[in-house]
Amino acid sequence: MTNQTEPVVVRWLLIGLALVFLGLFLIVPLIAVFSQAFRQGVDVFLQAVSDPNTLAAVKLTLLTAAISVPLNVVFGLAAAWAIAKFSFRGKNVLLTLIDLPFAVSPVISGLIFVLLFGSQGLFGPWLEAHNLKIIFAVPGIVLATTFVTFPFVARELIPVMEAQGKDEEEAALSLGANGWQTFFRITLPNVKWGLLYGVILCNARAMGEFGAVSVVSGHIRGQTNTLPLHVEILYNEYNFVAAFAVATLLAALALVTLVVKSVIEWKTERHEQAGEPQFHAMGEAS
Amino acid sequence: MERTKHVRQPFYTKLLPIVLAFSLAGCAGSPGGQQTQSGGEQAKPGGEQAAAAGSSVELLNVSYDPTRELYQDVNEHFAQYWKTKTGQTVTIKQSHGGSGKQSRSVIDGLEADVVTLALAYDIDAIAQYGLLPADWQKRLPDNSSPYTSTIVFLVRKGNPKQIKDWDDLVKPGISVITPNPKTSGGARWNYLAAWGYALKKHNGDEKKAQEFVTALLKNVPVLDSGARGATTTFVERGIGDVLLAWENEAYLAINELGKDKFEIVNPSVSILAEPPVAVVDKNVDKHNTRPVAEAYLQFLYSKEGQELAAKHYYRPRSEEVRKAHQAEFPDIELFTIDEVFGGWEKAQKIHFADGGVFDQIYQP
Repeated sequence: MTNQTEPVVVRWLLIGLALVFLGLFLIVPLIAVFSQAFRQGVDVFLQAVSDPNTLAAVKLTLLTAAISVPLNVVFGLAAAWAIAKFSFRGKNVLLTLIDLPFAVSPVISGLIFVLLFGSQGLFGPWLEAHNLKIIFAVPGIVLATTFVTFPFVARELIPVMEAQGKDEEEAALSLGANGWQTFFRITLPNVKWGLLYGVILCNARAMGEFGAVSVVSGHIRGQTNTLPLHVEILYNEYNFVAAFAVATLLAALALVTLVVKSVIEWKTERHEQAGEPQFHAMGEAS
Repeated sequence: MERTKHVRQPFYTKLLPIVLAFSLAGCAGSPGGQQTQSGGEQAKPGGEQAAAAGSSVELLNVSYDPTRELYQDVNEHFAQYWKTKTGQTVTIKQSHGGSGKQSRSVIDGLEADVVTLALAYDIDAIAQYGLLPADWQKRLPDNSSPYTSTIVFLVRKGNPKQIKDWDDLVKPGISVITPNPKTSGGARWNYLAAWGYALKKHNGDEKKAQEFVTALLKNVPVLDSGARGATTTFVERGIGDVLLAWENEAYLAINELGKDKFEIVNPSVSILAEPPVAVVDKNVDKHNTRPVAEAYLQFLYSKEGQELAAKHYYRPRSEEVRKAHQAEFPDIELFTIDEVFGGWEKAQKIHFADGGVFDQIYQP
């Protein structure tokens, strides 16, 4: 059983193609963003990223991600668990509902919230009477982001959980573990990588979401502008260097997420190898 | 079983730090969020000028696209003026976007203390929802428009296609950039300026005017959604031979992006654009910000305000200031929308409403 079934030329051609593609569509744009950001030197860059409006946008973006990602982790875990491990009526409906945010355009998602919570919307008069603000304020931005990023965790987890089947859980239950014990000791550890990828995708989208947030934000500078909206504003003001500088912040946030993921991956692996080599092998097999 | 526990438990204890880190980031972020949120309500009951010394107040100015630079400047000057006059610190927050879209946001609950939009029709729309009285335009001088502007042509340096007047725009092979009149206030002015020119040329023949504008739209390769987007298309992406733009937008493009690349062509006739301003009564009453909001708009009519308008290439209403800037604002024969189209409401209904003239003559 050799895997060298293809001629050398073909293999190199394919690898080369993949690299060229990666370079053109990922590396070159990334380099372009950074080089534009530093075009007028580090001072201009620092000035752009330390502008109070930019800092406010960074804070708002982090806050939004910090609320919507944990929410979606809880929702996603619960939904995926229910769908993968139990059979019940309306399962397909639930699956379709989970996919809904992927199916509708983000702009429409934003508009839904305006229609619900805007002054002329369904709950508008009631909210106004109680002096509550959702649209054109932080809650609206969080809501829209949570809605748009809803499918990521669940969608990552469902196939993993389904592939694993119910055997281990059933074994645990028959040995006397209660529901929570089974969940925390069997289910969760089994899906940890799926969960992590889901969290990372969810987080990346939460920080980068433009369409839905744009509709509900109201674009108040230094108040309801997230980083992607702020980049657009700067670009439209002919502040190209500042726009790219803020774009590098957004890219940096994404890179930090990736680094965190790699570190956890590496540490967990090392721990498992050092601690229980035999078990590790067993875990791989299962 | 014991071993399983030992190995597997660390997983979620490891996930915990990330979750913690996120929620910490959230905590670090949230005071900022809270602050800004409560900022809107900062003006306390009885936040009148008398009690104002040392206190602070916040205004939200919801404006259209090309005024960013103008209001950045105005806000700084007004804050100083207000501080010396009352001792109160005023912070003015800005929101910019297409005029029609901004108007819709205010209707949907964006709590603007003042609106400074591209055309009266968009403020009329807000008035229809009862946020300010229907006769708002009579509350300030000059139709509530402290500055005016007009539509001019921006061409590439040396004017290689020899574009001198409106007639040159409909020639074959000329590519014209203008935004979409459905979404952009500026684009509606562009469209009506062209229509008005053709009417004038053909002694009021509406059919000829429609033919002219149809021919013009045929030369438009892409309709951007806002004035600023159209400028970027023309200037940054190098598409088109001529950009129909606000006079101030054309000057800004030249100043920001190179005097050696573009030049302005003044057509023989154009439209007098009157971008109006208004206090949104419902919101200032809620925020207790009426005195400062009214003073803010009055400030635009003051000598200082007029100078700032002229500095950012808006035509000042004050004759005195206008004379001082004669070079930037050459005499162009200007007609108003009331003279030629019988007001915004009518023009909107005939030309830009669904199924209106624009929909009939424009095929993408």
